[in-house]
Amino acid sequence: MSDQAQLLPGTLDLLILKAVSLGPLHGYGVLLRIAQITGQALLIEQGALYPALFRLVRQGWLQAEWGTSDNNRRAKFYELTTAGRKRFQEETESWNRLAVAMTTALAASAEQV
Amino acid sequence: MSLPSYIRTLAGRFFHRSELADDMEEELRSHIEHRADDLERSGLDRATAERRARIEFGAQERYKEESYEALGGNLLDTLLRDVRLAIRVLRRSPGFLVAAVLTLALAIGANAVVFGIMDGLILRPLKVPQVGTLLGTHYGDGSGFQSYANYLDLRDHNHSFDDLAAFNMVFVGLGKGNDPAAASGFSATGNYFDVLGIHPFLGRFFHASDEHGPNSAPYLVLTYAFWHSRFQDDRGVIGRVVQLDKHPYTIIGVAPPGFQGTILFVGPDFFMPIVNQEQVAPEGSLTSRASIHSIFETFGRLKPGVTHAQATDDVNAIGASLAKTYPKEVSHEATKLARPGLTAFAGPASAFVAGLMLLSGLILLAACANLGSLFAAHSADRSREVALRLALGSSRNRILRQLLTEALVISLAGGALGLMASVALLRKISVWQPFAGAPLHLPVSPDARLYIVAVALALMSGFLFGIVPVRQLLRANPYEIVKAGSSPRLGRRVTLRDTLLVLQIAICAVLVTSSMVAVRGLVRSLKSDFGFEPRNAMLLGANLGMAGYDGDRVLPAQKRLIDAMASIPGVEHVGLVNNYPPLVYTAAFRANMFKDETRDLSNANAASAPYKYEVSPGYFEAAGTHLLAGRSFDWHDDKNAPPVAIANEEFARKMFGSVADTIGKFCRRQNGVRVQIVGVVEDGKYLGITDQLEPAIFLPTLQAPLNNAYLVVRSRSDPQELATAMRSKAREVDSGLPVDIRSWNDMLSVVLFPSRMATASLGVLGFMGAMLSITGIFGMAAYSVSKRLRELGIRMALGAKRTEVLKAALGRAVRLLAVGSATGLVLGILASKVLASIVYQATSRDPLVLAGVVVAMALLGVLATWIPAQRALAVNPLILLRED
Repeated sequence: MSDQAQLLPGTLDLLILKAVSLGPLHGYGVLLRIAQITGQALLIEQGALYPALFRLVRQGWLQAEWGTSDNNRRAKFYELTTAGRKRFQEETESWNRLAVAMTTALAASAEQV
Repeated sequence: MSLPSYIRTLAGRFFHRSELADDMEEELRSHIEHRADDLERSGLDRATAERRARIEFGAQERYKEESYEALGGNLLDTLLRDVRLAIRVLRRSPGFLVAAVLTLALAIGANAVVFGIMDGLILRPLKVPQVGTLLGTHYGDGSGFQSYANYLDLRDHNHSFDDLAAFNMVFVGLGKGNDPAAASGFSATGNYFDVLGIHPFLGRFFHASDEHGPNSAPYLVLTYAFWHSRFQDDRGVIGRVVQLDKHPYTIIGVAPPGFQGTILFVGPDFFMPIVNQEQVAPEGSLTSRASIHSIFETFGRLKPGVTHAQATDDVNAIGASLAKTYPKEVSHEATKLARPGLTAFAGPASAFVAGLMLLSGLILLAACANLGSLFAAHSADRSREVALRLALGSSRNRILRQLLTEALVISLAGGALGLMASVALLRKISVWQPFAGAPLHLPVSPDARLYIVAVALALMSGFLFGIVPVRQLLRANPYEIVKAGSSPRLGRRVTLRDTLLVLQIAICAVLVTSSMVAVRGLVRSLKSDFGFEPRNAMLLGANLGMAGYDGDRVLPAQKRLIDAMASIPGVEHVGLVNNYPPLVYTAAFRANMFKDETRDLSNANAASAPYKYEVSPGYFEAAGTHLLAGRSFDWHDDKNAPPVAIANEEFARKMFGSVADTIGKFCRRQNGVRVQIVGVVEDGKYLGITDQLEPAIFLPTLQAPLNNAYLVVRSRSDPQELATAMRSKAREVDSGLPVDIRSWNDMLSVVLFPSRMATASLGVLGFMGAMLSITGIFGMAAYSVSKRLRELGIRMALGAKRTEVLKAALGRAVRLLAVGSATGLVLGILASKVLASIVYQATSRDPLVLAGVVVAMALLGVLATWIPAQRALAVNPLILLRED
């Protein structure tokens, strides 16, 4: 547990958008994809995913459709809508700005001040 | 999302709730199965894999709930889940649930009933279009418009009304063949229905164009209710001829359902043109300006732009000028125009109903205070559960919502129960006929407004008492509570709960005081001296006009009736009085009397305006009125003998100084006739039991015959048998004469009706107040005993005396009770001053009442603390100490 980081508030949404932007996924698939692309570094309780997914659907950034998974089971697949894609780009840019700023700030040393 | 589509999804969710739930359920299941598939691949067997998957998924219910909210915060779903949880929680304490629901049902029911009455009588008056623009004179305002001639002048000379209608009440014998039965109706001016702006249900109404002088319009319009009950909804009645006091009348129409004339609490059977009034009501003269029995009330619609005040001035100016032009016939007092419907009762009735509303509001408040403290106690017991939930991450919001939902579930259940009861009661009231002979009718009908008010009251009270424990819960520090358990602080601080209990007991004491004051007043007024003896006296009302008698045939027929009644074995005295005996139907007439030397007999010069009764020989003996001096009337005091009169003591004193000086003296009537006073009788009550000392004069019927009269029959026989005998004797005299036989005591119930109703309603409210204080004190005492059982057990174990244990357990409850009762008593005494205006002889400075309240509250206290006290004394320290 100790090697897994807690999610910053608001980052789950962005992670979901990123995961889905790489191709349609069902809920469990989203979790696997996030685990994969973050290198298992982030802890997400499985159930906590769904309220976030539904919220994104309601906000119109994701759309869902029932289909069949690789395991040959019925599953609901999510993909980005046009609005969602735009939103994802904006969110990514703003995250990058924040990350750069944070990295710079944290790297500052006494001589630079 | 745009608003319309948002509403669509919301509506969709409302209707497709289960579809959505199934969808989500399936999705979560699918997730768990996928996870289980992965776990299975890593070597677990299927069952273990599925169990692990479920555990890894986390708190499924919580995520489902959050998911619902994420899906659009579906209020309905959340609410339903909250309600389900609330019901589950409440079912764990059924005693609390039943007590709370019943308390609220009583309180909300009482409020709904009072509101229903207020709505029917005051808020929503006559069922006619634009009732707000109707305005008129009211009965007994002294403005002079109780005469038809004066009404005509007012109608034609005013500048304020579009048109002015008038009506009177008539009581007739109505026969389809040769079988007249008593019926009551309105005689109305031709424009009556047109001014009201209503349309017939069947046939037509009569109009101004039907009026062509006296007795020119023998038409009858039936009320819907009468058409239904007497003519069985027969549409063929239009055009049929019926007999009204033996005069033929043609039925021309049926009024719309719900229209019951222009007096709210009277339900007439029919409407007839006022131009025909003299046929059925000879005293309702159309020509005499002095008549005060021709018109009951006038009303009309104001012209656009005319204000209430301008119209009042206009009417008063015309009244004053009529009084000036006809000083002998017309007297005028300035009047205030009022909305038709409640006539002279508008003021007192509104005040009374408003008072009732206030008291029932207090009941509800007391009930809320009661439930608030119960609820607080109930939640305090759950503080450990709440603390646990808080510690486990449940939001305070969520817990708050849950508590309020519990309160609302209780209040809505109570409200529903109370509403059902009140609707049943109001239905009963609306068909209630308290007096067989009077067309009394209370127009209360439960409708949407009542339901809305009841629901609003329920919600309001739910919030009120639901909010009480909130503060205490939100202050709670989960860590402290879980660690320390639920043992209470033993501080002596005054808590919110204490305040609530004192408030509630004070309110209840006010109610108990008021009801006791009212009951005492009623008892006293029943015992007071009426100036006659209503016990052992039967009344027989006979309007000879109904059987076609008039003129010279009236007196012999009345004499035959008197003789017939006197021949019944056991009958001691029989007498007759024209119109109505004292205290019957609040119908008493006054006459102007003048000093013998007065020559100008205009109203202004009248020496006195006593109540005037025309009575037969034998009346005073039959009525049980004591003769103080002189003689009674005899059968020689007829129209050939000199006019004589008998005065009551008050009249004698006012007119002549003393009783002894009165006998043989003369005074004058307004028509100039000199009458000699031959006797003096005791004072009494005439119009109503709240009368102060009033002058009265009695004239012989033989000198002023009238075909509408009551016989007073005094006998100690069984009233039932006597009534049967009287009926058969009356039939022997004339089989076609409808008679109304009742005991005088029964008839008194009409004048006693207002104070009886007041007493009954206050009694009910007082009783509810008492019940509430019992449950309140009981709840408080039981709770404090149960909380301190352990402490009490230790005290007992250490050898405390029983009295000390009791003091420790109940001292606080008793002190609160004392403070609350004292406050309530003082407030109740203040409130009773208002009561005195309704309930005769109600006084709060009555030591019996004060003692009664103190004793009642003390008894309530003993009653309510008895069980908790027993429980405290039965404490077994060993068992208690072993428990924890």
